[in-house]
Parts: sequence; C-alpha cells; structure tokens
Amino acid sequence: MPAKDVPPRWDRTMQQRLARGEAAALGELYDRFASLVQGLAHRVLSDDTAAAAVTRDVFAHVWEHPDTYDHRQGPLRTWIAATTQRLAVQKLRESETAALAGDSPAELAALESRVRHASVAARADYIVHSMPHPLRAALELAYFQRRDYRQAATDLGVTEDEARRRLRLGLQLLSTAHDMGAPPGLGGAR
Amino acid sequence: MTDPHRLTAPDGPADGAAEPVPPPRSPAGPERLDLPHEVLRSLLGAWALAACSTAETDAVEEHLGECGACADEARRLREAVGLLHRPESLEVDPTLRNRVLENCLRRRPPRVPVPDWAASYDAETARLDALLRDFGDAEWHTPVRLRWFESGVPATRRTTVAGVIAHLLSVDGMVATALGLEDPLTDTVAKAEPDVRGAAGPAGRTEAFWRASHFPQTRAVRARWRDQSHQLLRTVSFTGGAGGFPVSYGDFTLPLRDAMVDRAFECWVHADDIAKAVDYPYEPPAPRHLSRMIELAARMLPLAVAAHRGTSPPTTPGRSLRLEIEGAAGGQWLIPLDSPADPIPEHEVAHVALDGVEFCRLAAGHLTPEETTAGQRGDREAIRDVLTATASLSRM
Repeated sequence: MPAKDVPPRWDRTMQQRLARGEAAALGELYDRFASLVQGLAHRVLSDDTAAAAVTRDVFAHVWEHPDTYDHRQGPLRTWIAATTQRLAVQKLRESETAALAGDSPAELAALESRVRHASVAARADYIVHSMPHPLRAALELAYFQRRDYRQAATDLGVTEDEARRRLRLGLQLLSTAHDMGAPPGLGGAR
Repeated sequence: MTDPHRLTAPDGPADGAAEPVPPPRSPAGPERLDLPHEVLRSLLGAWALAACSTAETDAVEEHLGECGACADEARRLREAVGLLHRPESLEVDPTLRNRVLENCLRRRPPRVPVPDWAASYDAETARLDALLRDFGDAEWHTPVRLRWFESGVPATRRTTVAGVIAHLLSVDGMVATALGLEDPLTDTVAKAEPDVRGAAGPAGRTEAFWRASHFPQTRAVRARWRDQSHQLLRTVSFTGGAGGFPVSYGDFTLPLRDAMVDRAFECWVHADDIAKAVDYPYEPPAPRHLSRMIELAARMLPLAVAAHRGTSPPTTPGRSLRLEIEGAAGGQWLIPLDSPADPIPEHEVAHVALDGVEFCRLAAGHLTPEETTAGQRGDREAIRDVLTATASLSRM
C-alpha cells in the first residue's frame, strides 16, 4: 500500500518545477510515482510490456501538461492514479478490440465485460490510493496483516469503536468502485 | 437475497474477486452475544474483513438473517473486500526509468536539463533506491563489510545495510556542503564533534556520523539520503554550469563534475556491496555511465602512480604504460610512470588490458592487484605499480 500522504505543498512545488521544465523534477516525479503507476497499469492490463507503455504515456502526459493538474481537486498522487487508470483502460479496450476475431454480439459483450472488470479493479486500487491515510492504514492492518479490529485499534492508537468505524468506512468507499463513472470528488485527468 | 448462509465472513485475504465463498461456520457456540443493532451495524466492516471475534461474528450473522438493510450493506462490503489487492511486487525493469524519461525529454525538451556529468549520479542513485524499496527490517540490518585499500593493503570495516546508506549520505554531504546546501552532519554531529565539519574527509565524516547516532542506523536513513541526492541533482542543474566548482574531500579537491561521477561510482560500488549482502542480483552501470567512471579513474591514475612511487628517483624517465579497457565502456589511456606530466608514446614499456567492470572493482578496492585478471605485456614491475596505484584510488 502507498506511503503516507505527502503535504500539498510538495505537490504544488512539483507542479511548478515541471511547468518550468526542470528535468530533475521529472526524475523525482518518476522516483516517487513509478511503482504506483506500474502497479495500477499492470492491474488493468496484466502484461509487463503493456504496463511499461502506459507508464511511459502517463509520465509523458504529466511532463507535457503539468498545468492540467489542479491541486484544489486533490493530491497529485490521485491525479496521476486517475490518469493511469484512464490510459490503461483505454489501452486494454484498444488491444482487446484489435484481437477480436469477429463482431458478434456475444464477443462484443464479452469484451465489454472484460473491460468493465478491469475498470472496476483499477478504480478500486485508485480509491484505496486516494482514500484518507487513516482508513487505508486500518484496511492494511485488517486485510494484509490479518489483525482483528481490537489489535488494529491498539496498533493505530485509537479506540475499538474508531477502528470499527474506519474499517466500515474504508470498505464503503471501496465498494463505490462498482458504480460507473469516476468516483465523486476526484477530478479526472482532463 | 438475505439468505444468512451466503453471508459468512471470508477467511482472509482473497487474491481475486472470484475467490470461492468459504463454507458456512459451525452454528453459534455456547457463548451468545446480545448486541444492539447500532453496534452490530458498526461491526459490519470488521466482519467483512474477518476481523472480529467468533462470538461477534456469530452475532452479526444471526442479525443479518433478520435485518435487510444490514444484509445489503454486508454484501456490498464483502464484495469490496474482494477488490482489495495485495500490490504485486512487480519485477520493474531497471532500464524503464531511462526510457520513460528520455521519451518525455524528447517530446518536450527541458528548459533546465540535468548536466551530462551528473547523469550517472542520477541513474545510480535511482537504481540503488529501487533496490532498497522493498527491504524489510531484516535486510536493513544485514551486516555488510566495506572494503578498500589503505597504504597499499586491504582494509575493511563492518557495518549494516543502513550503515552503508548513512555512509553515502555523509560523503554526498561534502558535495552538498560545497554547493551551499545543508550539511547532513550538522544536527547529528556538530554538537559532539565540531571539528568533524569541513576538514574531515569521507571516512572521518562517516565514522563521526555513525558514532553520533546512539542507536544502529535504521531504514529512516533512506529518505534522508534520497532527499539529499534529489536536492543535489536539482541544485547542480541550476547552478552547476560547466562543473568546475571545487569540492573538497578533506585532503584533496575535485571539480564538481568529477565529484558527481565519483559519487555515482561510490553509489554503484556500495549498492553492489548491499546487493551481495542480501543476495540480490545487481547489474553494473549502463555503458555510458560506466565509461565516465572509468575515464575519471584513468585520469586520476598518473597522480596515484606518482604517490605510490613516492620519492624514489625514476629509473628511466619518460616511460608510460598503455591501459586498455575492454567492452562498450572502454578506451585506451597512456599512463605516465615517471612524472604525472604528458607521456611520450615512444617510451611505452607495458600494455595492460582488462575488462571495464574488473577495472572498476580494482579501483574500488574490491579486488587486489593479484586477483585482477588482466592481459599483460611488457615491464612486469610497471604493470604491478599501475595496478596497485589503481587499487589505492579506493577509500572507505
């Protein structure tokens, strides 16, 4: 799971540095987000080469259009995750369409189903990456480290009530991945 | 749709949404909880994640048979659990960074480029950082033995993976200080050992840094090292110019452009130390970076040869040795044996040919002159002098 949230000031400074055309800023951006981008792209495409191509396109987009990020809409991490999700699903649709033998309704429906399934998975990852850190941390403890909610409460230094609340709220947010369209309040990339 | 048997808590991490639903639990045990609706509802998240007690699980599942609203939410939350996904430890192709960045810079040329003499530092620090990314505590505390040559004999110092990063942080800090950035040693060390700032060389700074921390170095040192390396790259991009600015190493000085290549070299050498200690594979630098490191070492050799020879008078003045480095990063250099001034090709008395990585391992003090596999022709003593001088370029 992702590291702690970075302060918004870092995001704005990074955007300004990219806009100024600082190559060193691009390198830093890559170092911070490449594993996020690759992971999301791979989740959608299940293919190293295709994920690498999406990674290339995501960073090219950010480098060429840093001004399209609006920090008031959310953290840079979220914007990059959204851009990745969009480009990866687009690539999946293209490659699946190209691989279609015919265009029977059954085949088209199967394609739509695969694309929808991948979109939901990508949206879920994206929601996990953009949800508030306390919720993410609680889910991480309960799911990946198999702590029960009482142990999680101790680990997080919160009450048991609060641990239960975080787990429930985190899953509620995550369940919106099944809804169509971009998650509310998280401005997509252009 | 509220069949309670279809709504049993999952057994733990599922790797995909299509995981089969585990069989229903055995009926509630003797211990029955009587919880109010509000509490049961608040437990739904923990229930869906199999993160409550058996008694609570039974109480929730009994409740789901009676309460349609909670049953609906329970189903949604459990489906959401299927969407959680352990991030795969992707085998990230280390050449991808360069390809991605080059593609960007081709599409939109930078207004503030990273100077070409700092490119190897950029690449090597990024490679080391990627190696460290998935390290757990066990790896961070794995013992590492640093090796180098001192006064013509091999020297070693024991530390840990985290200690190696602290070493890189301390020595990179000399370049940072020269550029007017904050010295990473300031807060830790200055109070205890004021004389360590400024004059001390790489080893002195490192030892002081290690001494100043009361506890063994931890993974926390990674972020400090990485932040400083990013700061360095940013600063040299703006103010580096041609890289002529002097950087003091204590008892000698290098121009900034050479200091950055030297730091890239050290970063690779120590990344390789770390990789060996934790049994990970680690490749040598890309040829264009390796060739700069080799070029720097070859350029420093004449002075090292003179230092090695000491004050004894040259036997036949004007001799030189042809150093041939093989491979994509290679080249040929005439190393003067009697005076660091320009050699005269006619007096070439020996020829040594060795692989670029082998040469670097010798220059890092990781091989002794005797262990080095080199094609040799000519004056044996001259060859020995040059190989020993190469090893003497190393330091902690």
